[in-house]
Amino acid sequence: MTRAEVRETHMTSPTTEDDAVPPATGAPGESPDGTGSAGLQVGARHRIADRVFRTLSVGSGLLVSVVIGLIAVFLLAQAVPSLLDNEENFFTYTGDWVTTGDRLAFGIPQLFYATVVVSVIALMLAMPVSLGISIFLTEYAPKRLVGPISYTVDLLAAVPSIVYGLWGILVLGPAMVPVNEWLVGHLGFLPFFQEPTQVANMSTGGTLLTAGIVLAVMILPIITAVTREVFMQTPKGHREAALALGATKFEVVKLAVLPFGFSGYISGCMLGLGRALGETMALLLIISTAGPMDFDLMESGETFATKIANNAAEFDSPAKTGAYISAGLTLFVLTFVVNAAARAVVAGKK
Amino acid sequence: MTVATSPHAADPVKKPSGFAPMARRRRVADHVVRIAVVLALLVALVPLVWLVSTLVIRGIEPLLDIDWWTLPERSGGAANAIVGTLIQTALAAAISIPLGIFVAIYLVEYATAKSWLAKITTFMVDILSGVPSIVAALFVYAVWRTTLGLPRSGFVVAIALVLLMVPLVVRATEEMLKIVPQDLREASYALGIPKWKTIVRIVLPTALSGIVTGVMLAIARVMGESAPVLILVGSTRAMNWNPFDGNQESLPLMMVQQYNNGPGALDRVWGAALCLVILVALVYFGAKLVARLFAPKSS
Repeated sequence: MTRAEVRETHMTSPTTEDDAVPPATGAPGESPDGTGSAGLQVGARHRIADRVFRTLSVGSGLLVSVVIGLIAVFLLAQAVPSLLDNEENFFTYTGDWVTTGDRLAFGIPQLFYATVVVSVIALMLAMPVSLGISIFLTEYAPKRLVGPISYTVDLLAAVPSIVYGLWGILVLGPAMVPVNEWLVGHLGFLPFFQEPTQVANMSTGGTLLTAGIVLAVMILPIITAVTREVFMQTPKGHREAALALGATKFEVVKLAVLPFGFSGYISGCMLGLGRALGETMALLLIISTAGPMDFDLMESGETFATKIANNAAEFDSPAKTGAYISAGLTLFVLTFVVNAAARAVVAGKK
Repeated sequence: MTVATSPHAADPVKKPSGFAPMARRRRVADHVVRIAVVLALLVALVPLVWLVSTLVIRGIEPLLDIDWWTLPERSGGAANAIVGTLIQTALAAAISIPLGIFVAIYLVEYATAKSWLAKITTFMVDILSGVPSIVAALFVYAVWRTTLGLPRSGFVVAIALVLLMVPLVVRATEEMLKIVPQDLREASYALGIPKWKTIVRIVLPTALSGIVTGVMLAIARVMGESAPVLILVGSTRAMNWNPFDGNQESLPLMMVQQYNNGPGALDRVWGAALCLVILVALVYFGAKLVARLFAPKSS
């Protein structure tokens, strides 16, 4: 069969579908013709398949949007009646929660305080360290070390938080006891290290400080993973331009890497902060009792997440559930603002 | 000026290249930063090595006993918790992986830039990805228990895990589909291949390694999630293969229960912790392996 003949059968096949099969079988090695005519024969089936696939995709998008929208509506619908029945101000009431009976009384300042204090400690400790590791990994580390260290960092980001919590209360807490005593003894004049009202905190190490350190260890791999990823994408040209001007390694970092990757670093930190704010299990093991709001890091405290988890077993009435859902919604708004800030930083860079 | 520079000019040995020596300040700064970043690494390594070594040293003993892997808690093992963790994670994965991948396909392949549905979907997925696990669990509790009055079970945990997993799958898949070259799609269309087949046979296989990695990492993330099991399922010391009925233990739940039992049970707590980390690590390294196997062949 010559090329001209092949072209001819190919051109005629669309018009006469019945004749399309023999040339396809009679031309071994000319597969484009075979598939071409076969595709046209089953066109109707493909059109249906196309429509089904499209419907599945669009449907999934629609389903997810609707479900999440319903979640929001549902949570608000649960929270609003309890908020309306609340006899105290939701944002200023600091007493014990009353969630049974006709008179409801609940407020979030203490939860907000503990959540923010613990997260801020974690962020203050983890931010410089993860920046240092990222710079080390992208600029200073010997090539053969980068792989294993990055692997380890990623794996640590996947370690369940309950394991960090267990380590915090059973290992780090007891180890912190002498440190706590030294801090109270020598720096007790600072508001951060006063003698706590609950002395038990000191002997178990279950303090806001310990909780902050554990959170820092937890979010360190998360921040580092993001930051390293961004730093590695620094354009080679920027780096070489700096080197050509005689820059030292530090100056390369200062002139090329940081200007390019700083927004990525900040958004990584925000991601870590988001994780820290919503952290439940690790904190539930370390700090579980409520504490005063006096910026004393030797005290215990209750965060949004631990308060909900602590009381979840006793949700029996809609009013009670509503009160805790209100707290959950506040936590959600908090994390959403932080995540939105992270996205804005990244978007602003682009 | 001439007095100051002439000694240098007269001494060619000191600067053979003609360049001035580096200023002391710059040299010191470089050294200080080098030491600082190495210190940062060491500071980070201390707690992490401490954590991992404690975990292994204290947790390895119960795991070496074959009973741990074969008998339920009632008989001195942890098989019921391992089975529970695997079943709940698998259920969550079975729902969220197809759903998440289809959402990502919609966002990348079908949605146009102006589509309002695409904008809403992206926004909703963003919202969902920021939901703390305890809030997701609280929501499922409020629907399932408070509103519908249905009993707690392993399946309810899986629902909460789906909420946490879907955004992870969508994000990972979306990123991967976006970097599939447009040329591949156009080449396929030019051959007359319908769109769905282009997606299934060309786009997805090209992005497969990245998608699989993202999905596996999402599985690793939800596997150790402890907030939902705390409020959505009851604890039991017996084996339960049925996630739709009755209490079902999982490793995080077992850790909490045993921890509350007091110091005598701490060995088992550490054992469960190590067991959980091993499962997560297996999934994680499985992801890396699969990524390597599926990586597009570079010819």
